[in-house]
Amino acid sequence: MATSLRDLHEGGFGATLRRDSWWVAPALTATVLLSFAVYATWAAGTGTHYEWGPYLSPFYSPLIQTSWWPLSPAFLILVFPLGFRVTCYYYRKAYYRAFFLDPVACAVGEARHGYKGESKLPFLLQNVHRFFMYAAVVFIFILSYDVILALRWPVDGAWRAAGIIPAGSPRTFGIGLGTIVMAANVGLLACYTFGCHSLRHLVGGQVDCFSCARAGQLRYRLWRGVSGLNRHHMTWAWCSLFSVALTDLYIRLCAMGVITDIRIL
Amino acid sequence: MSEQRRLRIFRGTRSSGELKEYAVEAGEGMVVLDAVHKIQAEQAPDLAVRWNCKAGKCGSCSAEVNGRPKLMCMTRLSDYPVEQPITITPMKAFPLVRDLVTDVSWNYEVNKRIPGFRPRTPDAPDGTWRMFQYEVERPQEFRKCIECFLCQDVCHVLRTHGKHQEFIGPAFLVRAAAYETHPLDVAERRDFLKTEGGIALCNITKCCTEVCPESITITDNAIIPLKERVVDAHYDPLAALWRKLTGKSND
Amino acid sequence: MGDVRSYEHDVLVIGAGGAGLRAAIEAAAHGAKVALICKSLLGKAHTVMAEGGAAAALGTVVDQDNWRVHFRDTMRGGKMHNNWRMAQIHAQEAPDRIRELEAWGALFDRTADGRINQRPFGGHTYQRLAHVGDRTGLEMIRVLQDKAVHAGVEVHMECTVIKVLVVDERAAGALGYFRETGRFALFRAGAVVLATGGIGKAWQVTSNSWEYTGDGHYLAYDAGAELIDMEFVQFHPTAMVWPPSVRGILVTEGVRGEGGVLRNSQGERFMFRYMPEMFKGDFAATEQEADAWVTGDRMKNRRPPELLTRDVVSKAIVKEIEDGRGTPHGGVFLDIASKRPADFIKQKLPSMYHQFKELADVDITKDPMEIGPTTHYVMGGVKVDAESQMSTVPGLFAAGEVAGGMHGANRLGGNSLSDLLVFGRRAGQHAAELAKRRGRPPASPRAAVDAAVQGALAPFERPTGENPFAVQAALQDVMQRKAGIVRDRSGLEQTLAELERLTERARHVGIAGSREYNPGWHTALDLRSLLAVSEMTARAALERTESRGAHTRGDHPDSDPKQERRQVVVRRDADRMTVRWEAQPELPADLAKLIKEGA
Repeated sequence: MATSLRDLHEGGFGATLRRDSWWVAPALTATVLLSFAVYATWAAGTGTHYEWGPYLSPFYSPLIQTSWWPLSPAFLILVFPLGFRVTCYYYRKAYYRAFFLDPVACAVGEARHGYKGESKLPFLLQNVHRFFMYAAVVFIFILSYDVILALRWPVDGAWRAAGIIPAGSPRTFGIGLGTIVMAANVGLLACYTFGCHSLRHLVGGQVDCFSCARAGQLRYRLWRGVSGLNRHHMTWAWCSLFSVALTDLYIRLCAMGVITDIRIL
Repeated sequence: MSEQRRLRIFRGTRSSGELKEYAVEAGEGMVVLDAVHKIQAEQAPDLAVRWNCKAGKCGSCSAEVNGRPKLMCMTRLSDYPVEQPITITPMKAFPLVRDLVTDVSWNYEVNKRIPGFRPRTPDAPDGTWRMFQYEVERPQEFRKCIECFLCQDVCHVLRTHGKHQEFIGPAFLVRAAAYETHPLDVAERRDFLKTEGGIALCNITKCCTEVCPESITITDNAIIPLKERVVDAHYDPLAALWRKLTGKSND
Repeated sequence: MGDVRSYEHDVLVIGAGGAGLRAAIEAAAHGAKVALICKSLLGKAHTVMAEGGAAAALGTVVDQDNWRVHFRDTMRGGKMHNNWRMAQIHAQEAPDRIRELEAWGALFDRTADGRINQRPFGGHTYQRLAHVGDRTGLEMIRVLQDKAVHAGVEVHMECTVIKVLVVDERAAGALGYFRETGRFALFRAGAVVLATGGIGKAWQVTSNSWEYTGDGHYLAYDAGAELIDMEFVQFHPTAMVWPPSVRGILVTEGVRGEGGVLRNSQGERFMFRYMPEMFKGDFAATEQEADAWVTGDRMKNRRPPELLTRDVVSKAIVKEIEDGRGTPHGGVFLDIASKRPADFIKQKLPSMYHQFKELADVDITKDPMEIGPTTHYVMGGVKVDAESQMSTVPGLFAAGEVAGGMHGANRLGGNSLSDLLVFGRRAGQHAAELAKRRGRPPASPRAAVDAAVQGALAPFERPTGENPFAVQAALQDVMQRKAGIVRDRSGLEQTLAELERLTERARHVGIAGSREYNPGWHTALDLRSLLAVSEMTARAALERTESRGAHTRGDHPDSDPKQERRQVVVRRDADRMTVRWEAQPELPADLAKLIKEGA
């Protein structure tokens, strides 16, 4: 069985001496990301059923009414969170592995190609991540405002027939299951956004000497806080991805009359 | 408590070789390196293997066990099923010398090129500095590196694509990060990282972090922060404008 | 000599641990062209395993600390057997050497006011060890490694030196071979610094790696230099004992420094029963007082007896096990779990936590460790001049563990890392100055080189000869059984007889295969050093008919005042090892007074 060392190791795609099920993780990642993409594209493309009572789907927030844009306004909005996630340091790992197979798993062979990493276009553009992060932070405030709105219910229940609250209706405080869903979604999105690697760098990661930098103690504490969230960035990335889709789905199903929202308070 | 284990070890040189199977009596708690030593002492005195401390502190006995980069001294036989032979091969990312020994000298050449530590002027008249535990802990994580080069071995940029000329690898990005985040250091490394360091070749797929025997969070704590520093210097027009307006470099 | 590649340098440093690196850096700083030879890869030397810290009277934690207290601790720990001048230089210069490391990038753990923190350790009056968690050696070697590389030192990795060349009674270079290719190399140099570390691989249970075969001791001996104190081998009290494959792996003294206690199988904290006369009054008398010291006021309470010197603790552990109070696997318990919270242990002793978890399935934050003594360090070594570190062969220097004298009969924990720095620097400086004075190194004697090369290749002519690993194992076995922690006359005589037989066997070992990275061959060559240092130890141990520090004679359990400050000197006389006694110079009156009355 004389052979060269290279023959023993991964010679081509998928070749490896590993004995575990290394393909499970990338396959799962690919499946989930594709499912989300399909759902999000469909949900954003419908242009309907994104509002019910005081609830507004995160895909359509902030509400935009334009005449010049032929497609659903959701696409104008989704560019920002999509850009944030596409350039996210965690998702990059996930999709480089699952879609670009670069590498599909550690110590597993790849097909030979002119690998350039992130040094050339298009992947050079990953460096804009921090600008998408700025937008993502703004979205946390917008979506938080939506949660506040979701706490204000019409005094009069006549709106329920259409699902749309007429303008100028007197309102009162209230909480529905949808409010909780929206709040949880913002919470998860905030944990994801405020654990961003770029934010971590900007709030304090760029400081070497906290004890001599201006506002060093504050920046250290901010950096510590962001680092704490950052440690579980992957978890927040997945949870918030699911929560965004589920929040849209919940409101959509309410609006379609498939399910009935539960009023808690 | 001893049992028979089978090991398939790569024996050979750069040009040719084979996986040779050895049977070895394994006692309680034995690690892969113990089994290799036993084979060396009893069956194959010329079996080449590199090792030193046998306690996971020196990072010499790096190899691949069932295809995964590992320190042989910290990998226990009992982690693998008895029925199957355990396959041990040399690191793939470096040229083979013989059997399980590879030529890792490239790593030492790379290290020489990283701009060295340069401290600010001392804080106290006696020539000493003041640093605090909370701020030294960040670089201290990187200083845990034992130079086992397993991260270099698993990194596909080196392992598969062979970019040894253009990329310094995760181990030396960690080294650079140790200097960069050192509270006293004032040297400039961002240009080095972008050009010679080839940091953009890293696509942060985190295999390095997965194999690190010292549990250094290589990608998230060392490489990504360095990438962000490179963005500061080269890809952030707002930061450039800020530097222009304030006349300060924000490092 | 066609096969032999030739190099020329001003200073040749053999060994790339802390002492070798520090010597190379200093020699380069003095303008010398320096070559550094490492037996392993750069940065893997034994220094990397040092855990606890480097002792230096920085006074950052306890401001009463100063070189005088450190000097006194060192001399008392060494049972007054130390070279007093070396102990003094060491205590005086260590703080500067530590601060220098910080200037080169070392990141020591910090005090609350931002200075270098210091931890308590066995035998040190005050908290004195600059440290980085429990990986101080790693930090030191990395800093020195990068400093040396950037200082232009030429590094030859995986190269073993087999002979120091002596021309006109002066060291003039060395002959070695590269492990990778099996090719020989001749390094001609104006001065040679030995920094090869110790001899621990001559014992079965050891904390030392394969490299520690006493090469430097042998090379110096072979070159005609004198060696002293070879009977003083330190057995570190705490090493892993279970499972069998990890027996001997070190458990840092830092565990006790941070509050860990020793208990026998009956749960008794037995160290209170083993207080030597000399230290009574310096240590806690009750468990309450010891605990109060650990957690509270270190000025009002005295240190726990677990922090007695290593010789004392090792012997106590051996006694407990002998008397039937040992653990199932033949050790005693070291318990920090009941004294410190889990987070504290993980932060202060991360690699110990990791080591026990990975290798023994023991969680040290919950359960006690099973530990026992292991061969750790040799106090004896090449006899050197205290100021310059030059041996009795001109041009041949020694620094670090391979040099003798500094630690006397027992080394204090933490004094080794500072020893490397202090004397590594001195050796490098004096070697560079001497090399400069001497000019170009002389041509090397061809006959000697050829003979050495031939001798080294001889095992290949006996492909069916005995397996060198078998001879090595037999040597380790006899040293472990007969020349271990407790020795006696008959055992040592048997050792010498057995070593003679082993020397004969070593002459007939054979090797199959090629010269390229052939561990069997390397082991065959290391046997020569191992046999030589084993014989030195056995002969010196037989000579010293008393117990002192790390040297314990079962048949002479007490110290003999007549042998105080007298040392056994070993040297080569043609092919024979000769042994003679020599009196050490008297301590100057002021230092003697300091030791007697306290600093």
